[in-house]
Amino acid sequence: MTPVVIQGRLQQLWQALRGAPLAPLIFITIFVLSALLADFITPYPPEKMSLSARLVPPFFVAGGSWNHILGTDTLGRDLLSRMIVGGRVSLLVSLLAILLGGGIGTGIGLVAGYFGGRIDAFLMRVTDAALAFPMILIALLLNVSLGAGFATVTIAIALIIWARYARVIRGEVLSIRERDFIAQARIIGCSSARIILTHLLPNVTNTLLVLLTLQVGLVILVEASLSFLGAGIPPPTPSWGSLVADGKDYFNSAWWISLFPGLAIVLTVLSFNILGDWIRDKLDPNLRQL
Amino acid sequence: MAEVVLEVQDLKKHFHVTRGLVLQRVIGWVRAVDGVSFNIAKGETLSLVGESGAGKTTTARIILLLERMTSGSLLFKGKDIRGLSRSQLKEYRSAVQAVFQDPWSSLDPRMQVRSIVAEPLVVNTSMSRKQISVRVHELLEQVGLRSDHAQLYPHEFSGGQRQRIAVARALALNPSLIVLDEPVSALDVSIRAQIMNLLKDLQSLHGVSYLLIAHNLATVRYMSQHVAVMYLGKIVEYAEAEELFSNPLHPYTRALISAGLPVHPGDSPAEIILSGEMPSPLNPPSGCHFHPRCTEAMPICSEVEPMLRDVVSSHTVRCHLH
Amino acid sequence: MSKILLQVENLQTHFFTRRGIVKAIDGVTFHVAQGETLGIIGESGSGKTVTSLSILRLVPKPGGRIVGGKIIFDGKDILKLSDVEMRSYRGKRISMILQDPVASLNPVYTIGEQVAEPVRQHQGLRGKALRDTVISALRLLQIPSPESRLRDYPHQMSGGMRQRVVGGIAISCRPELLIADEPTTALDATIQAQYLALLRHIQRQTNVSIIFITHDFGIVARMCDRVAVMYAGKVVETADTKELFDNPRHPYTVGLLNSVPRLDRKVERLCSIEGQPPTLLNPLPGCGFAPRCGSAYAPCYREYPPELRVGGEHFASCWRLV
Repeated sequence: MTPVVIQGRLQQLWQALRGAPLAPLIFITIFVLSALLADFITPYPPEKMSLSARLVPPFFVAGGSWNHILGTDTLGRDLLSRMIVGGRVSLLVSLLAILLGGGIGTGIGLVAGYFGGRIDAFLMRVTDAALAFPMILIALLLNVSLGAGFATVTIAIALIIWARYARVIRGEVLSIRERDFIAQARIIGCSSARIILTHLLPNVTNTLLVLLTLQVGLVILVEASLSFLGAGIPPPTPSWGSLVADGKDYFNSAWWISLFPGLAIVLTVLSFNILGDWIRDKLDPNLRQL
Repeated sequence: MAEVVLEVQDLKKHFHVTRGLVLQRVIGWVRAVDGVSFNIAKGETLSLVGESGAGKTTTARIILLLERMTSGSLLFKGKDIRGLSRSQLKEYRSAVQAVFQDPWSSLDPRMQVRSIVAEPLVVNTSMSRKQISVRVHELLEQVGLRSDHAQLYPHEFSGGQRQRIAVARALALNPSLIVLDEPVSALDVSIRAQIMNLLKDLQSLHGVSYLLIAHNLATVRYMSQHVAVMYLGKIVEYAEAEELFSNPLHPYTRALISAGLPVHPGDSPAEIILSGEMPSPLNPPSGCHFHPRCTEAMPICSEVEPMLRDVVSSHTVRCHLH
Repeated sequence: MSKILLQVENLQTHFFTRRGIVKAIDGVTFHVAQGETLGIIGESGSGKTVTSLSILRLVPKPGGRIVGGKIIFDGKDILKLSDVEMRSYRGKRISMILQDPVASLNPVYTIGEQVAEPVRQHQGLRGKALRDTVISALRLLQIPSPESRLRDYPHQMSGGMRQRVVGGIAISCRPELLIADEPTTALDATIQAQYLALLRHIQRQTNVSIIFITHDFGIVARMCDRVAVMYAGKVVETADTKELFDNPRHPYTVGLLNSVPRLDRKVERLCSIEGQPPTLLNPLPGCGFAPRCGSAYAPCYREYPPELRVGGEHFASCWRLV
């Protein structure tokens, strides 16, 4: 009675990555690497101002030079360096916010979906309220109460995004809950906590993974928007959003100040979205071999 | 007189049907289980037979404590479970296990087989990891699987093998009773005999009782000592298996047996084709619930509901014809 | 001797996947005469459903393809027809009923509209003529008061009724061949009996030929004039129904008949067939049943046995019969 071919785990991983969209993967790799190695690869310290080198255009425009590849801003700070460091800030804030928001949302989704009834009704009303809350308001309220800063932005974004996780995970749990192995878990005497942690959670990780990947783009956009509006990462720390904001008065003259960070945001979000779509298609239960 | 493992007395489960969003009004009752009594002896198999809507699955779910009964009593080894303490209830839970119909959804796809089979032990006993591992391998062997199957995941097995894993899990705590809910109907025909034989062998080996829910009467005849035929929440006939099949009394039982189809093209006993379908349990017919479809209905059948009556020794029927 | 309506010769349908070729059916030959019911009995992986899809040229793409053989329907090889021509056959001359009535019916259209669709498409009827045809189809399926049910939606009907509607759609254009793929598996026993009686009635009225795909010998015994037994993508035995039951020659057929529990008498022990159906992905040479066969010997693993006449119209493919 031999079961189906058993592949080694490494082989399975390699098989799993086959067919992944290349361009987004490469871009994301560059993004992550440059964020990690930021301190070593920035041509200039991001805060270094130079009154003589203000509003220098990028190297391919008349007046530009290889000294500042992407140009400088109104205070003479090198744009490329600020973008690299800003990328790191964005990445860090996004990851932490997703972990925090995703964690809260998943927990609430699991509990609401499993217990149902009044607990579910109550938690879902809270979720609905959270979804209806304008995100700027949350950020501003937190800024006022906790003071602007890295932690505040992270918490703000987490509070903005948790509700979506709660909704989606609850939906998943509702369908998994009806399957026989959950009834079996009750029959063999598992406590609710054990069922939720040992049986439900591992079975929602696929959905969670897809959601996470698709959310990175959103979170980066949220952070950028908040920073653009001044409710995010406070100066002097660069973040892509604030970099775009820095250049908003100079669209006609020094367009590069907003363009390049803006482009970076677009490419990063696009890459994560394409990757997320591919992961979702791959993990779709209909295509899984059973 | 064989020891009685489980006794069910006048079990009822009524679901109320409500209408309205905010202020829910009860507009009717679904009498899913409406006064069912039977007992299961040690080492024996009792089958609940009937079509969908008969109430067999609901009865099983009540016994498995997945549903709460509306009224009636459930006696385990003589004691009413409502009077049991928390630890005694835990004991009941361990003593009553189940194997479900669908081998594809009854095993957690994210757990290895050894974790699946070990889980009852992990949750209920204080056995060491090593002891549990030994027991798991012992169980896997008993159901005809190999030790090297333990580290694999459910999707790497066929339907029949997955049912074996489910049986191994059900046996882990040495239960007194296993509820088998259509254990072979989702399996290929050539695999069914394997699993049925396995279940019978395990029964003789361990003396475990089975409550078998099956719609295939031939399976029921092969596996059971006693049979209860259910219709719309009530038992309409109850007898020893051989007695029921050689001498069916209730018209519904006879229709079921006729529908069970001959196994040889030569013998086609008079077919009993019932008219209509099982009525909605929200609005059951008056008198005997079966009378609208019964080929032998008499005037009294639509007026008075028949009681369960002993016709031959321990062969009971709910029918005005007897 | 009735005229042969369908002749399938050496049909091969393969699925081309990344991991290799799945030879779902690999050289299947059988025929169906006018007004006759042929049973195809087999388990999962035997190729029975792929066979029916191949006849209708509805093999799932991408990946699936009919790679060889002939399907001669009323004298014409329908594998050579264009897509447009084939579409004029489907629903009009050859029709199919599937297992799950819920999936077969579109929940947002009334049953009147769904039964009308093939008639409108193939016969071009409109208005009163269309309505009358639909009502007569529903009446043939013995759906009570069909005129009042035209505006009903599928969810308003019971499982048995829905399956009748599916039948109504299938026979609305009075096809010459009806393929029924396990149409009663999802139905309760007494409803199944009704439905089978209904199909026999329709056959008597319209002289339609039926290919009945099933895994249930009881259905075969009651419904079919002849039987083809399939295993691992091939037909292993063909005979008149009575002959097959009385005198099975292929070890698989023998094993299968012995492993089915009986309703008409008490069986002490079922003989089960060891192992499980093989994977059809890159299959090994020889007979697919050899690994499970009690009588397998060297030639069985080398080459697939030829089809032999073992008596009258009884054929089987087994080296032991040479």
